[in-house]
This record gives sequence, structure tokens and C-alpha cells, in this order.
Amino acid sequence: MYKITRVEHLVDKDWLMDVEAPYVARKAEPGQFMIAKLGELGERIPLTIADYDREKGTITIVFQVIGASTEKFSHLKVGDYFTDIVGPLGRPSELVEMTKEELEKENIIFIAGGVGAAPVYPQVKWLHERGIEADVILGARNKDLLIMEEDLRKVAKNVYVTTDDGSYGDKGVVTDVLKRLVNEEGKKYTRCIAIGPVIMMKFAALTTKELGIPTIVSMNPIMIDGTGMCGACRLVVGDQVKFACVDGPEFDGHLVDFNLAMKRQLTYKTEEGQALLELLEAEKSHGGCGNCN
Amino acid sequence: MADMMKRVPVAEQEPKVRAKNFEEVCLGYTEKEAMEEAVRCLNCRNPKCVVGCPVSIQINEFIHEVKEGNFEKAAEVIARSSALPAVCGRVCPQETQCEGVCIRGIKGEPVAIGKLERFVADWAREHGFQAAQAGAPNGKKVAVIGAGPAGLTCAGDLAKLGYDVTIFEAFHEPGGVLQYGIPEFRLPKTKVVGPEIENVKKLGVKILTNVFVGRSITVDELLNEEGFDAVFLGTGAGLPKFMNIPGESANGVFSANEFLTRNNLMKAYLPESDTPMRAGKKVVVVGGGNVAMDAARTALRLGAEVHVVYRRSEEELPARKEEVHHAKEEGIIFDLLQNPIEILVDENDWVTGVKIVKMELGEPDASGRRRPIEIPNSEYVMDCDTVIMSLGTSPNPLISSTTKGLDTDRRGCIIAKEENGETTKTAVYAGGDAVTGAATVILAMGAGKAAAKGIHEFLSKK
Repeated sequence: MYKITRVEHLVDKDWLMDVEAPYVARKAEPGQFMIAKLGELGERIPLTIADYDREKGTITIVFQVIGASTEKFSHLKVGDYFTDIVGPLGRPSELVEMTKEELEKENIIFIAGGVGAAPVYPQVKWLHERGIEADVILGARNKDLLIMEEDLRKVAKNVYVTTDDGSYGDKGVVTDVLKRLVNEEGKKYTRCIAIGPVIMMKFAALTTKELGIPTIVSMNPIMIDGTGMCGACRLVVGDQVKFACVDGPEFDGHLVDFNLAMKRQLTYKTEEGQALLELLEAEKSHGGCGNCN
Repeated sequence: MADMMKRVPVAEQEPKVRAKNFEEVCLGYTEKEAMEEAVRCLNCRNPKCVVGCPVSIQINEFIHEVKEGNFEKAAEVIARSSALPAVCGRVCPQETQCEGVCIRGIKGEPVAIGKLERFVADWAREHGFQAAQAGAPNGKKVAVIGAGPAGLTCAGDLAKLGYDVTIFEAFHEPGGVLQYGIPEFRLPKTKVVGPEIENVKKLGVKILTNVFVGRSITVDELLNEEGFDAVFLGTGAGLPKFMNIPGESANGVFSANEFLTRNNLMKAYLPESDTPMRAGKKVVVVGGGNVAMDAARTALRLGAEVHVVYRRSEEELPARKEEVHHAKEEGIIFDLLQNPIEILVDENDWVTGVKIVKMELGEPDASGRRRPIEIPNSEYVMDCDTVIMSLGTSPNPLISSTTKGLDTDRRGCIIAKEENGETTKTAVYAGGDAVTGAATVILAMGAGKAAAKGIHEFLSKK
């Protein structure tokens, strides 16, 4: 059992929690993820590790309510327990493997979309702790959906905020900001790390390809075990099939087949939608027609 | 007087009934039936069955006790050699091991050793009889990686010798393939697997779930920082293989591992489970091993029409005869000498069918089996909405890539000596599918047993 020591409702459907998970906390590195499960018959849900405290043995997770399981997670309070937590999973970010000299030659731009700000944060923080300052473009649909801005400002060189509707920061999408920074403000980035919804990562990668900036994206597909066993998380990267859980989650953004990744995310869409509906409507539920979500 | 050439039949659920539920297919012997079947054992002076058993159970001895009605004694005899008898009685390929060499089998049917083992184990469990005891503590610590058949056996044997054993398991439940792979209708989880693991725990073995060795902690850390004197790697062969044909990434294509894990470990067949499951209406299972049979029979129970597509003929099917027989009885359709070459999809990348080519058998290949050859212009399309790839698995490279000095072979299997599990790294032993590639529960148990002996010899010298 894994005790929850902090719960914060960030915005709308986004939640942040600190959980006691010593095996994960003492080994987690930026770029990795973990899996949480609630209840004996709960689902194994892959989640971002937004931060970790090796001394306290706690990790910080951020998740968005998208189905029945994450909905249940959002009702947990301080002092409650997750039934299972396993990690860290996946390979650490490439940055972690680089020497200080190599890192100092880099000028890194992060692009964080929506809840993608959570996995971006530990990477920017990790660089900051080594004296390397990176820029961050933080995007969301509107002001009320923006998360982790303050945290990011503490560890980044510049944070450029943009919202689709212009309710805060620039009006527009993250790629508009990137183009402006490079084309108009003369920024020379050697590396881009883009994390967010698949559609955002797809367009970020298209833009950086035009701009000639090597780009890493972090994929979060459907998976069960997170250890290489089920193959549900397979992606096409270049001409190869890769498993996000063991080969990733970070991949070369210019090689990932994003269209396929988006289609694969729909595998259980109807089932998930029905489960969520049943949970929200309780006994009033008619089970969901399957066409309404 | 019963016909001594024939075995006492065992009760099974009716095929039509069981095709719609996940209850166990075989119902097992009653006390009377078991004693009657035990009479058929000739109690050979030179029992070939014992040699045929990978963990060398004194089969003639335990059957003799069953004949006399001494079920506790029978359980004790088995417990000397096996930590998981209720499992082995159900899933071992007895026909190629103990029963395959039974003298009774020359003229008639061999003694139903598997069914008798199962009876004894079930009897002991139902009567709360704990057959094995922990040894006096010797103060030495061993870490076992993976709570599957190899790891549980190795841990149980070491605990009986007095070692302080901790098993590290990546999943949230111990059991390995017994938990995620083999379905409920062949191996009940709560009734059989759970209590069998409890028996290992009663020997003092600690099981830590949710620890993914290689990521959560490394083998070197276990040895150098956590104070373990030796490590046993029973990490299995978990990585699923695919065919690399067009359309394989489409929605509706699953590895057998994914399909079975959702259903068995995550209990997706129960309405209360949060894990979603999509069996579809018409399922094509590609492959002919035991895992393919398990996937096919699971899909059938979830309401699908199921076709097993296999590139060789019935004779070469790697699955146990009993599994093939049960699958046929339940209504699985076997499309043999056929091989998929492409998966067809709709505009949203959902599976709509499989393009299949027919095969014929040529000369024997390196495996000794006749090589399947495509028949030109024999392609046809089989409509379906789900494809399950059951082509085997290979070991996860994580442990070998994160452990200094641990060598693997070309196929990624850990190199270990068969007789004692010794690897290329001092104090590290290995066995089971991680060493051999995907094989059977009992071979993994045999390897776990050999490694326990190897570790004991190594640590006794220290």
C-alpha cells in the first residue's frame, strides 16, 4: 500500500499528488514514468513522475481525469492509499546520460502542452540544478487549464505562455511561439523536447523539422505492465516497431508515426467511456450507447 | 473388476457449458477414483516415471500412499520435490514426461500420474495440511528475481535449507505466468495458485511485489548494498514476438501476452474489473502452442467465433494434445497449413480481415519438423475483427543490460549452466524461460530446483 501525503487540485481535470513509494523515489530520473493501481480489480494506469524526493521516499504524480480509473484517483484524499505503485519505468531522458560539457553546449527549448507540463518540469529542474538554464513554451487551451507555470518559472530561463483563446499570454498555439522565437527573435536552439497531447507533439515535430531542430517527444500510449510484456504500447518509429515502455517513452520526434499513435489510443475509447459513464451515473446508467463519447 | 488397461476417467465440465464460463474444465478425481487409479501403478523397481519428471518426484512412492489411502503421506512425498504440485498436476505435459515413459503405457493407457498429483495437492490444501517445513535459519540471504514457477521453486527449496529468501516481483501479484498467462479455466487463481504461493510464504519466503529489478533496484545493488549473498534470476521470457507483416500495428491486433494478461491477471472478464477487454466477434489466433490454445479458448469464452491459424499440420502443433482436444470440443476452428501474410484494415485502422496463404510441408528443417512452404496463388481473405499473435516470447533484456558481467546468448537468453544455474557472474544464478527461452512451467521449476542446489553448494563453501 502506498500512502498519499499531498493532494492538490491543479485545474479542471488535472490533479497533483505526493505518494510514498520509496523504490520509485530513490531511482526515478527525469523522463521516466510509473504505474499506479487502485483496488484489487483496478486498472494499471501509467502516470508521469512530476518530481521525486529521494530522502522522504515520495514521488509527485500529476494526472488528468480521462476515464473511470483516473476519476476514482481524483477522489483520493491525504492519508488514503494506492493499492499498487511500480516504477520507475522506461528509460531516463537522454539528457541524464550527457556530460556537463555536452549539456553546456546545448541550448534547449522545451514545449509543454496541457498536462505535459508535468513531465517537462523534472527535466528543466534537473538541468537547473546543474547550472543549465532552458527555455520553456507552455501552452494550454485557456488560462484555466494552465498548470505548473510558477514551478517552471523558478527553474527555467524564460517561460513563454500561450493559450489557444488568448485568455492568458500569447494567443495561439505553441508552434507559433517557437517560430517567432527562432525566426524573429533569432534564438538558436540545438534541441527541442516536446511533451503534451499527441496532436501537439505531431505539429511541434513538423515545425522543428522545418526549423532544423532535433526533437525528442515523450509518448504515453495504452499499456498494461509497463515492463515490455504486453506489446500494447507499440509504436512505429522510423521503419521500426518500438515499445514505449522499454524503448521509450522518449523518441525522436521526427521519426514517430503520430497518426498511427493517435489511432491506437482509440482502441478502448468506447469501453473506457462506458466505464466512466457508469461510474458517474451510478445506478442511473444505461451502460452507455458507445456513440456518445 | 475394472479394465486395468484403461485409466479411471476424470470428470470434466460439458464442452457446451464450459465454453461459456471461466470455471475449471477438469474437475479432478474423488478419493475413491484416485485410489482406484493408483491401483494401476505397477510400483516398478526401476521407476522410469521418476526419471521422466524434471523435478524427480518419487512418483511410485506417492502413488503407493494414495493406493493405501494415506493422502498426507503422499503429499509429503511430493513436497520433498515440488513446491507447486496443484499447479503441475494441472499444467505439466505429463504425456511427454512421467506418463510418456510409464510401463503401463506400452500395452494400455499410462497411469494418470498428473491427475493423481493434482488430487493429492488438492486434498492437502482442502484439509489444511502443510507438507513442507522451513529449515533452521543459517543466516544467509538470497534474492530471487521473479515470482514465477522458477523463482517460487528456487525460493521454496532454499527456505527448506534455512536461507532467508526474498522474492522481488515486478507485477502486483506473485505467480508469473501462472498468474498472467495460464487462464482460470485451466488453473484457478484463488483456489489453486494463491494457496500454492501461500505455502511457499509459510516456509518463511518474503515476496515483495511492485519491484521491477533493473529499474527499481539493480542486481549489483542487491549484492553490494542490500546484503544478499546470492541472486537467482527467474525473470522469464516476457517480450512478445510479432510477425512483421503489414497491418500488425492496427487496432484489434494483440499479442497473446496482452490478451491473456488483461483477462487473467487484470480479470477483465469480470464485470467488476476496471481493465477493458475487446474480444471481438470473430478472432484469428496465429500460432499453435499452448499459449495460442489459451488465447483461443479465452476469446471463445468471451463470446467470439475463434479460428486458430497455424502454418504446419495438426501433427506439428506444439500445444499439448489435451489442450487441442479440449479446444476442439469447445468449438475452436483449426485452419491448419495456413499462414497470415497481411492484416487488412478499414479507414480508421481497425482490423477487417487477414490475408492468408495456404502451405504445404516440405523437407524437415533444423528443428526436425517438416518445413512449411507457401502454395503459389493460394491466398484468400478471412474476415475478422481481432487478431491475436501467439508466436512465442523472448527474455526481457533489462536485467542483462543492467547487470555487469552477466552474459547472454544470441537470442538474448541468460547463459547459465543446466546442472546448477551458474551464470557468468559470481553469486548470480539463473533458470527457467530467462535461460531457455519460452518453455514449460515444469522445466522452469526443474531449473529453479537445480539453481537452489547450486546456490546452496556455492554458499556452503563461502
